Amino acid sequence: MDVGYFFKLLLSGLTRGSIYALIALGYTMVYGIIKLINFAHGELYMIGAFTGLIVASVLNYAGVDPVLTLVIATIFAIIFSSAFGVTIEKIAYKPLRNTQRLSALISAIGVSMFLQNFVLLFQTSDFLSFPNLIPEFKFLAPVENYLSSPQILIYICTAIFLIGFTVLVKFTKIGKAMRATAQDSKMSLLLGININKVISVTFLTGSAAAAIGGVLISSQVGQINFYIGFIVGIKAFVAAVLGGIGSIGGAVLGAFVLGLVESFGTGYISSDYEDLFAFLFLILILTFKPSGLLGKSLKQKV
Amino acid sequence: MNRLEILKKSLINAILGILLTFPITVIKVNTIEKEITWRWYMLALVGSVIFVISYLWIRQQERQKAGITFKFKESKLGIKYHSLMDKPGVTKRVLIFSTILIIALPFITSPYTTSIFTTALIYIILGLGLNIVVGLGGLLNLGYAAFFGVGAYTFAILNQNFGIGFWLALPLGGLASALFGAIVGLPVLRLKGDYLAIVTLGFGEMTRIVTENFGALTNGPSGIANIPKPTLFGHTFGYFGSTRFVYLIAVALVVLIIFIVWRMENSRIGRSWVAMREDDIACEAMGVDLTKAKMTLFIISASIAGIAGVLFAAKTTFINPQSFTVWESIMILCIVVLGGKGSVRGVILGGLILILLPEYLRAFQQYRMLIFGFLLIVMMVFRPGGIIQNVRKIYKIEGDLSNE
Amino acid sequence: MSSKVLEIKNLLMQFGGLKAVNDVSLDIHESQITALIGPNGAGKTTFFNCLTGVYTPTSGDINIIPPGKKLIRANGLKPNKITEIGLARTFQNIRLFQNMTVLENVMIGRHAVTNAGVLGAIFNGKKTKEEEKKIIHDSHEILKVMNLEKFANEFASNLPYGAQRLLEIARALATDPFLLLLDEPAAGMNPQETIELIGTIEKLKHEFNLSILLIEHDMHLVMNLSDMCYVMDYGRLIAKGTPEETANNPTVIKAYLGEDF
Ligand SMILES: Nc1ncnc2c1ncn2[C@@H]1O[C@H](COP(=O)(O)OP(=O)(O)O)[C@@H](O)[C@H]1O
Ligand SMILES: [Mg+2]
Repeated sequence: MDVGYFFKLLLSGLTRGSIYALIALGYTMVYGIIKLINFAHGELYMIGAFTGLIVASVLNYAGVDPVLTLVIATIFAIIFSSAFGVTIEKIAYKPLRNTQRLSALISAIGVSMFLQNFVLLFQTSDFLSFPNLIPEFKFLAPVENYLSSPQILIYICTAIFLIGFTVLVKFTKIGKAMRATAQDSKMSLLLGININKVISVTFLTGSAAAAIGGVLISSQVGQINFYIGFIVGIKAFVAAVLGGIGSIGGAVLGAFVLGLVESFGTGYISSDYEDLFAFLFLILILTFKPSGLLGKSLKQKV
Repeated sequence: MNRLEILKKSLINAILGILLTFPITVIKVNTIEKEITWRWYMLALVGSVIFVISYLWIRQQERQKAGITFKFKESKLGIKYHSLMDKPGVTKRVLIFSTILIIALPFITSPYTTSIFTTALIYIILGLGLNIVVGLGGLLNLGYAAFFGVGAYTFAILNQNFGIGFWLALPLGGLASALFGAIVGLPVLRLKGDYLAIVTLGFGEMTRIVTENFGALTNGPSGIANIPKPTLFGHTFGYFGSTRFVYLIAVALVVLIIFIVWRMENSRIGRSWVAMREDDIACEAMGVDLTKAKMTLFIISASIAGIAGVLFAAKTTFINPQSFTVWESIMILCIVVLGGKGSVRGVILGGLILILLPEYLRAFQQYRMLIFGFLLIVMMVFRPGGIIQNVRKIYKIEGDLSNE
Repeated sequence: MSSKVLEIKNLLMQFGGLKAVNDVSLDIHESQITALIGPNGAGKTTFFNCLTGVYTPTSGDINIIPPGKKLIRANGLKPNKITEIGLARTFQNIRLFQNMTVLENVMIGRHAVTNAGVLGAIFNGKKTKEEEKKIIHDSHEILKVMNLEKFANEFASNLPYGAQRLLEIARALATDPFLLLLDEPAAGMNPQETIELIGTIEKLKHEFNLSILLIEHDMHLVMNLSDMCYVMDYGRLIAKGTPEETANNPTVIKAYLGEDF
């Protein structure tokens, strides 16, 4: 067996996993709190990537330092993605909070269609190339065949975000409110928790994570179009389900499992079926263990 | 809120909207020439569109809060319509007239028009089929296009390999699709609501991926061409003739399927589906076997899609996997949801609007998906039942006139 | 004493660490009205859910003995099977088919005792037509018994609260049960409605030859109706006897009113 090839696949699986984790976080949090599959979550990642590309291009063509450009572009991506996330919630989901869950899901599908075509119409249907902003890290020279600078950056940023996020959820007041709402939203309301604020913060952080993922992966892959969010979004959702939807640790675990399986699957089996693994996983997990790897199995109260 | 307040709020929304969409609407990047175009006029455009939509949106919200809902029967148009239609004999005459019009259409219009109407009819068939699952059963199937594809490919493959013609393929396509529905249904039907939606989406995409990569049988992404048009007792038609013939077959199939759906929805089985939609736990407690009910729903709906698929293949004479993507499924879902979940008339209206409008309003074509997406949201927020709301049958109780 | 129709032995239902039903054993006898009382959260509804197949109990036995037939072990059977055997229930938090008419709600109840299928529906032959006619007729009769026929063509969601509770019972009756399980049928009713309900339940028992298991908070209703009374607290049975005996049982009083009383 070719050990080098194995490591290459392993590391690229971790890269995929990181991106899925950043997106899956948003799915799992939103589901945990309002029990909605935010079908449009992948589009927030796409919007993040586009905003990043636009801002980065403007700065890049004006000759701004690449690293500074990347930082500013990421910040803009986060701001706009989050703003879109919160706005979507206000317009398309909030009025449906107390109706059938299918209505909200259909509304989410509408949002997804709308955002994709919004970007398609106002930008382009072609692939746009993302400026090359990530510097070559010298210390990676000995292993450059397996590991690139963007990958290292992706690992680091994902790790930082996940740690920050854990701190937010575990130790801050709003984090506690989020967990309480996820446990029992009616009860939280009675206890005086501002549900609207909790939901807004949830959408905000979820979108921010997706935006970071969007900018990072775009600068690694080097090109984007309006459709990139859809499939990645579905896969990140699969990751969230795999880990046990509603569970944050589960989403991260599921993301890495899926990332690795995809990477090894395409590397050792066939790249034609790259997108098949996620769906197979989804069907298997929901058929045999719907609560996921780390989720609690709950019986519906009657 | 009074009008001024709404205007004020809309103005704020417009400004916020401009800020929100600024990078995407105003800045256009040409990454090849490395050029930036600043489209400042977008500010005015986006601002005014958001302003108008926001105004209408808030006004409608206020109205609904005040309990004013739109009832066609009570609107001006509705009153006129009913006073006209309720006159004796009018309904019958309208029916006869529209039947003649529908049958005569291909003979009085161009083949182009006929072909577009045929497409609309195929989508109506698909809408009716999906409506059984979504509208009656309350199960969201986001992989419906795959069943459509199975029907189309069944015809194409059987024809290529065994020379089987349209008429034999029609039931076989339905059957193959039903079988496929049963296979998909087995693992997924234990799932509820949104999970079911995502898993069916997964199945749909898997089917497409397999079709694209299973070249030996499906000819991969390039698809299968030269699928024959239907014949009539061995007689083949020319271009005009076959376009008309396919249209008439589509009309006949739509009528047949409407008939079946009508019979079904007010039967013992159909009632149990609606009950399942309303409350699955109570439904099960009433003695309905949910697994069996869901399976039946799925299979019937799949076979309708299969039949539509055969018709589609015969109409276009060329198919490839791109015709059966998840967006195709979502398009069919739009027909059902916008037209009216559970309502046959709603689905027909939805199919006509969604297929014909973009064809005839070319300017609209480009914005089609954007607008449909938006309409889905609007519909869910303001009128979740769709344009034509589903009504339940009122049963007459025989031999009990004392209570009438 | 009349013969048993239901026999529960050492029933346990666990949710994680919580034993919502803990080692409950009880028998229900034919043509009797048995009451199950206890404070909120005692596990009464969970007990019902175990009996009717909504939950599969963690351990224990549920044996159903349809009058004149052989015993059936019902653990893990699906709810629709249990209904077919002849147990029918109502729900504490009303679960009607809101967007169907009142008549249709009852017609669904006839599902288990009729059998027209897909082909029957499409071809709508003589047999199907007749069956459908009979479903409508029978359902209407049940509405009359429950005094709901004036609402027949209303949407269930438009009924007044008390009538919704009655419709729950009507729908259950339509499945032709021999044992009727009522979960707080008087909850939310005013005193007048409650008195009428007592009469209705008595009537049903005789007219349909039913055995009834009844969860209730309203002691008035329990005292008036039941032949036998079981008391649950924290998942366990803490007392049984005639209604008078249980009402005067110190353990029961303590469970209801707390230690300090
Ligand atoms: N599906 C479930 N999952 C977890 N706990 C449950 C579930 N159903 C009921 N319980 C718990 O079981 C206990 C008994 O509830 P219940 O049977 O509804 O009581 P009662 O009907 O006597 O008021 C409660 O503490 C309730 O929270
Ligand atoms: Mg209870």
